[in-house]
Amino acid sequence: HKITSSCKHEATLSSTNQKAACSRSPGTMPGPYRETDLTEKVEAFLSDLKRGGSGTGPLRGSAETARETTALLRRITAQVRWSSAGDLMEVIRKEGRRMSAAQPSETTVGNMIRRVLKIIREEYARSRGSSEEADQQESLHKLLTSGGLSEENFRQYFTALKANVIEAINELLTELEGTTDNIAMQALEHIHSNEVIMTIGRSRTVEAFLKDAARKRKFHVIVAECAPFCQGHEMATSLSKDGIETTVITDAAIFAVMSRVNKVIIGTQTVLANGGLRAVNGTHTLALAAKHHSTPLIVCAPMFKLSPQFPNEEDTFHKFVSPHEVLPFTEGEILSKVNVHCPVFDYVPPELITLFISNIGGHAPSYIYRLMSELYHPEDHEL
Amino acid sequence: MADSGVSGGADKKDNIEREKIEGKELTKEEKQRLRKEKKQQKKGKEKKDASLPQVSVAETAAPASQLKAERRARQEAERTSKQSKKGDTGQPATTSKPKIPPNELQPVVKRLPEHIQVDDPDVLKKLAKKLERQQIPRRLDYGYKVSLFSHLLQYSRKAPLTQQLSIPSAVIHPAIVRLGLQYSQGIVAGSNARSIALLHAFKQVISDYTTPSNEELSRDLVNKLKPYISFLNQCRPLSASMGNAIKYIKKEISNIPSQFKEDDAKKKLLNCIECFIEEKIVLAAKAIAKSSIEKINDGDVILVYGCSSLVNHILCEAFEKGRKFRVIVVDSRPRLEGREALRRLVQKGISCTYVLISAVSYILPEVSKVFLGAHALLANGYVMSRVGTSQIALVAKAFNVPVLVCCETYKFCERVQTDSFVSNELDDPDDLIVTRKGETQLKDWQQVPRLGLLNLVYDVTPPDFVDLVITDLGMIPCTSVPVVLRVKNVDLL
Repeated sequence: HKITSSCKHEATLSSTNQKAACSRSPGTMPGPYRETDLTEKVEAFLSDLKRGGSGTGPLRGSAETARETTALLRRITAQVRWSSAGDLMEVIRKEGRRMSAAQPSETTVGNMIRRVLKIIREEYARSRGSSEEADQQESLHKLLTSGGLSEENFRQYFTALKANVIEAINELLTELEGTTDNIAMQALEHIHSNEVIMTIGRSRTVEAFLKDAARKRKFHVIVAECAPFCQGHEMATSLSKDGIETTVITDAAIFAVMSRVNKVIIGTQTVLANGGLRAVNGTHTLALAAKHHSTPLIVCAPMFKLSPQFPNEEDTFHKFVSPHEVLPFTEGEILSKVNVHCPVFDYVPPELITLFISNIGGHAPSYIYRLMSELYHPEDHEL
Repeated sequence: MADSGVSGGADKKDNIEREKIEGKELTKEEKQRLRKEKKQQKKGKEKKDASLPQVSVAETAAPASQLKAERRARQEAERTSKQSKKGDTGQPATTSKPKIPPNELQPVVKRLPEHIQVDDPDVLKKLAKKLERQQIPRRLDYGYKVSLFSHLLQYSRKAPLTQQLSIPSAVIHPAIVRLGLQYSQGIVAGSNARSIALLHAFKQVISDYTTPSNEELSRDLVNKLKPYISFLNQCRPLSASMGNAIKYIKKEISNIPSQFKEDDAKKKLLNCIECFIEEKIVLAAKAIAKSSIEKINDGDVILVYGCSSLVNHILCEAFEKGRKFRVIVVDSRPRLEGREALRRLVQKGISCTYVLISAVSYILPEVSKVFLGAHALLANGYVMSRVGTSQIALVAKAFNVPVLVCCETYKFCERVQTDSFVSNELDDPDDLIVTRKGETQLKDWQQVPRLGLLNLVYDVTPPDFVDLVITDLGMIPCTSVPVVLRVKNVDLL
């Protein structure tokens, strides 16, 4: 079957979740669906996710994944039959679990699901007439006095709820479309002329950021190529075609060159709940070198990359791809006697980061927990 | 004899030109004549200096020192004229033998090597003249150079210097030509390998050498070696270890007493070279291995970077002595030297892991020690080594893993450096190009106007990242390098 066969091609370490998702047959969809093309769309999305995140640079960027997830959730909201908010949340949670399990390292999927769940909660609360603030806050006082938080089971039926939720999801979609531009608009506040900026690998956000600044200022960019996938090459050709003076260096030269660098600007795959990063491998070295030379490290990350995950779980944090990238099969006999690792991500602790630039402005890493509480409801942290 | 050369200039000149074209080596007299002519041309343009009567005082027979005498005489004359202007009671300006004007201060900065002054056009002109005199072709720069490194040379591996030599070249010994080619193509790489190859080539040169009729071996051989060294420098800039080896050989040659017969002298020299290799490289490696094995415990996980012959030797010895450990080999593009180290270690039976340098922060929590090799140890305690070494030391420091550097004393050098920019080597930038999934992103990087590729070869590690340096003189901290240098200099004297 298509899903089980594509499982075999994956070499991800977090295999337990993956295998569980694979073994479930597609027929066990909860709730009656009026149209089967919704199921088809969901299946297509799932198999795309499984195939797309092989670590060689996503076939789709995170922004597109976020947009597609949100569009799919909007479709589910519109087409699935549900009577109360609680039902809808159940449906979305179930679908969300399947989608996150398809590609655990693609955290934007989970983030969007949590955003939509929060939207549903808000709309429900608004329809009920109570203010959202009072409901969401879990102060100590409330814990003691109400004795058992939010006995909400979301069972009330509101006619306008569906329309409201869909409208709110549309707003979310517009916000998603403008994230890269919003970040790029802040570029001139952070880059002055004749600077030397260093970056690693390929990030569409950083590319847009630098190109926007290059329209008005002249500066020099050094790109670390980020072996073994060498996405830095693509980034360098794209930047230099836009007229930015670019140099490509190998990963080994990062510390050697760092003393002449004024700023380090990077993108990331995920922003973790403690303000740390899960970024492409080599970023931790870059951050350490920047710290040693007291060079500011700026992370350009839109809000949909913020995830309530913490970096504690050792075996689910890392993702590995085929060691053929590192030591090709042409090396011959020694292959059977050698362990080869090819991790895709790196953890960067928040102490090494100076600033986060997101579509809603700039923040310090210590502020990330607060942003998270505004975006996601604590009960949704575990889908 | 030298003076008559000017008058018979025309025929002699044609002779010289013809011989140049044929590639034969100019004899000493002809070279001397060329030099004289050029000097005469220059003198004709200069203003005639009135106080030049003492030129004729110089009467030494050997033609080489005649120019030196002229220069000295001129300096003396200028000094006397200055003194007489001041109104001092002028001492007799010259005795019959011209004196060398006293130098109170030894020049602190030795002459800067030309390969780090490429952005200075005067230096380039001087270098071109020198190479022309020695009849060595000059290697040209290749590709767009990153502005921070415009003072360094950048060659392409596809244009080796030997293509510009005529075959057979009578100027350069064939062993040296082969060596130069091996250096420039990267066939012989690594500081120990390069030094040993150089010394073997010099052994061959010495055994093929015959002293010309009225020359002394000690002086002539040194002069013969100079163009060879220039040639090798053009193929690939000399390493610190090679520099020290050459210094040693030159000293040994000039110390040969003049009464030695040629065969004895050659035998002595070959013996000296053998001794050098044996003592400074082979025995040193054994001594370092002995001290390092004390630092390797059972159950250790040791991280090594790239391919250092010394570190590989240490690990193989430790394994033979029965220590139980495993090795993590870290490698980096574009040289991928770690694969060679991996092969050697796996052949011995050591269990190995292999990663690229970008995965170092993933693998470091498992590591208990880091062993690094060095290309040279600088006098301010910095370790100059393959690019990427400082990065590994940095990350190891962040994870509190001890870093041990292994280096023989013949690689210690008196230079000081604080960053990896001023004195470095740029390798062929085309090495960075890679084809993945059928696409070569950087294929036309030369056409894109603002794109530069940087392929550094060396970098310097600050001493606070290094915990211990293991040498054949013992285990020392990084800051004791100048002490060792001083002790060595005293020994040599």
